[in-house]
Amino acid sequence: MSRILTYREALREGLDEELARDPNVVLMGEEVAQYNGAYKVTEGLWKKWGDKRIVDTPISEAGFIGMGIGASMLGVRPVMELMFWSFHSVAFDQLVNNAACVRYMSGGLCNCPIVMRGPANGGTNVGATHSHIPEGLFAAFPGLKVVAPATPADAKGLIKAAIRDNDPVYVMENTLLYGMTGEVPDPADGDHVVPLGVADLKREGTDISLIAHGRSVIHCLAAAETLQNEHGISCEVLDLRSIRPLDQEAILKTVRKTNRVVLVDESKGFGGVSAMVSHLIQEHAFDYLDAPIKRVTTLDAPAIYSPHIENEQLPNPRRIVEKVLSLG
Amino acid sequence: MSTASLESPRLDFASSPINLELTAERKIELFRQMVRIRRFEQAALKYYNAGKMGGFLHLYIGQEAVAVGTISLRGSHDHVITAYRDHGHALAVGMNMNECMAEMYGKATGCSKGKGGSMHFFAPDKNYWGGHGIVGGQTPLGLGLAYGEKYLGRQGSCMCYLGDGAVNQGAFHESLNIAALFDIPVVYVIENNGYSMGTSQKRSSSYKGCLAQRAEGYDIAWDVIDGSDLYEVRAKTHIALERARKESKPTVLEISTYRYYGHSVADANAKKYRTPEEIENYKQNHDPITLFRRRLIAEGVLTEESADAINKEAADEAAASCKFAEESPAPTIADIMTDVYWETDNNTEASKLGRHFFND
Repeated sequence: MSRILTYREALREGLDEELARDPNVVLMGEEVAQYNGAYKVTEGLWKKWGDKRIVDTPISEAGFIGMGIGASMLGVRPVMELMFWSFHSVAFDQLVNNAACVRYMSGGLCNCPIVMRGPANGGTNVGATHSHIPEGLFAAFPGLKVVAPATPADAKGLIKAAIRDNDPVYVMENTLLYGMTGEVPDPADGDHVVPLGVADLKREGTDISLIAHGRSVIHCLAAAETLQNEHGISCEVLDLRSIRPLDQEAILKTVRKTNRVVLVDESKGFGGVSAMVSHLIQEHAFDYLDAPIKRVTTLDAPAIYSPHIENEQLPNPRRIVEKVLSLG
Repeated sequence: MSTASLESPRLDFASSPINLELTAERKIELFRQMVRIRRFEQAALKYYNAGKMGGFLHLYIGQEAVAVGTISLRGSHDHVITAYRDHGHALAVGMNMNECMAEMYGKATGCSKGKGGSMHFFAPDKNYWGGHGIVGGQTPLGLGLAYGEKYLGRQGSCMCYLGDGAVNQGAFHESLNIAALFDIPVVYVIENNGYSMGTSQKRSSSYKGCLAQRAEGYDIAWDVIDGSDLYEVRAKTHIALERARKESKPTVLEISTYRYYGHSVADANAKKYRTPEEIENYKQNHDPITLFRRRLIAEGVLTEESADAINKEAADEAAASCKFAEESPAPTIADIMTDVYWETDNNTEASKLGRHFFND
C-alpha cells in the first residue's frame, strides 16, 4: 500500500523515521525548530523531538555547518538545513575543505557522516543570489556525494539513505517540488530507502532518451507526453536521482537503446552535471549515437528576477520539445 | 572577567593548586616534551632546507609552552584541534616523532599516509583532530567537537587553537556567538605570536585592550596568559577547562608567545618585518624552555647535567625520526585513490552502486 504525500511530507517522514531510528541524528539549521522550517519541511518535528534533536541556529552558515562537521567526526549524525543551497557560498570553506577533505588529509582516520540539505533551484523570482543550482559544483569535489530527488518517494528514500551513509551527502531539494504530490510506500510495508548511485527509469520509450535530475525530470515527463501525443515520438526519461555516485550503467543502457539523447539540466551549460554525463556518453557509447548529444540547460546568465521571463531562462517542457524536434 | 594584561605585575603561578600537584617526574616530563618539540622541528628545518620535504614548514619554535602547558591538563574527554602550525600540539598529545616526520617527508608511514603533509597531522585516537590549513577554518570544527561531547552526554571540552591572524576571520566570530548562545564547552586558545604572517598585530587588528577582550562582546569569559611561563599557562588554562567541563561554558584565552622563525620557512621577509633585537630579546629573556629549565634547576628537580641529557635524547630521537622517514616507502599511485570515501574504503554494499570516481 502506498499513500499520496507531498514531497515536503515525504522528506519530513524520512527525517522523522531516522530521528527515531538513531539517537545520534540531530537536525540543525535556521528556523528548523520553533518556526517549523522556512519551507515547513521540519514542521512538527521540534514539538515531537524537543530542543536536543531539533536545533535552531543563528544565521551563521559557516559557523553552524562547521559545527556540524566537527560533531560528525565524533559520531554525531547531523542533518544540516541550508534555508537555500544558494547560501553555500558563505560556508564554502567548511563545505569543501573540511567536509570533503578531512578524511583524505587524515589518511582515512577521520570521517564525516553528515547530511547537508535544502532547496537548490531557480524559478521562484528571487534573483541571482537565491537561485543557484550547485549540484554539479559539489559533485566536482571528491569526498562529497550529491543527490537530487525529483519525486516524493525518492525524496524520502534518498534522505534516509543519505543519513545512513558514512560520508558527507549533499541533498538538493526544490522549493517548487515541495508541494508536489506522489505515491510513497507505506512504512507498514517496510523501510523505504532509495540507495545512492541508482538512477530510475521514470518513463520507457524507444526513440530518444531524456536524461535529467531534480525538477527537470518533471519537465521531461511533460515534454515526453507532448512529443508522444503531438509528434508520435516515444521518449524514455531517465532520472539520475544521484549525481555522485552516478549510475553510469543506466545512462549507457538507455542511450544504447534509443541512440539519441537530450540532457536536461537546471545548471548552466559550462561544466555542470550534463557536461559530465555528455562526456561519459561519448566515451562509452559513441558508436551507438545516431545524432549529437544535445542539452537543455539554464540560459547562461545569472538568474533573472522578472516573473515574466524567468521560466524561459530555465529548462521547461516547451524548450525540451523544441530541442528534441530539432534533432530531426 | 580578567582585567590583567601582560604589563601587570608578575605572579608566581608555581603555587597554583594545579601546579602544586605536579610531581618532580611530571615536571621533568613537561620539560622533556617542550625540548622534544624543539629538537623535532630543528631537525625538520634541517632536512626541509636540504630538500627532503615539499610544501610549507610552519615552525612552532618559541611557542612550545603553549601546546605543552595546555595539553598537559587534558582529561579523556577533552579534545584538541589547531591550525597549520601543528607539530607541537601533535607531539604534546602523544603522537610519535616517526609518524610526524614521515608525514612531512611525504611517506606512506606518515600519520596521514603522506596525504596531509606538515599542516595536516591527525590522531583521533588521541582526541587530536588536526592540523587545518585554512586560517580560522578549524574554529567551527572545534565548536562542533565540544558540542558533540555535550550531545553525547559527556563532561568534556575542546581546546581549539588559532593564531592572532585568525581572529579576524568571520568563521571565528560566528563560532564565538554560537559557543555562547548554546553553552558549548569550547576553549579558544589564541596563540598570539604578534604577527599574522608579515603583518604585525597593530596593523591587522582593531581592538580594545587585547584580542581576547573581544570575547566580552559575546558575553564570553576571557583571560590573557604569558606564554613563556609554563606554570602560568597551566594555571589559567585549568580554570577555562573547568569552566567548560563543569559549567559547559566557553572561554577565550590569549596566550602571548613568539615564533623565532618566519610565518613559514618560505617566508622570505621574516627578518625584515621584525628587528634582530626583537628576536634576540625573546630568545634571551622569554624563551619558554630556557625559563622552565632554569626554574626546575632552581627547584632542584633538574640539574644542568640531567637537563642536557634530556636535550641530547630529544636530539637523538629527532635524528632517528629523520632516518626512519628517509628509509620509509613513498605512497603508491594506487594510494591516491583511497581514503576519499568511507564507504568505498570499507567496500560496503553502498559503495558498489554507481560510479564514485571519474578517472578516464
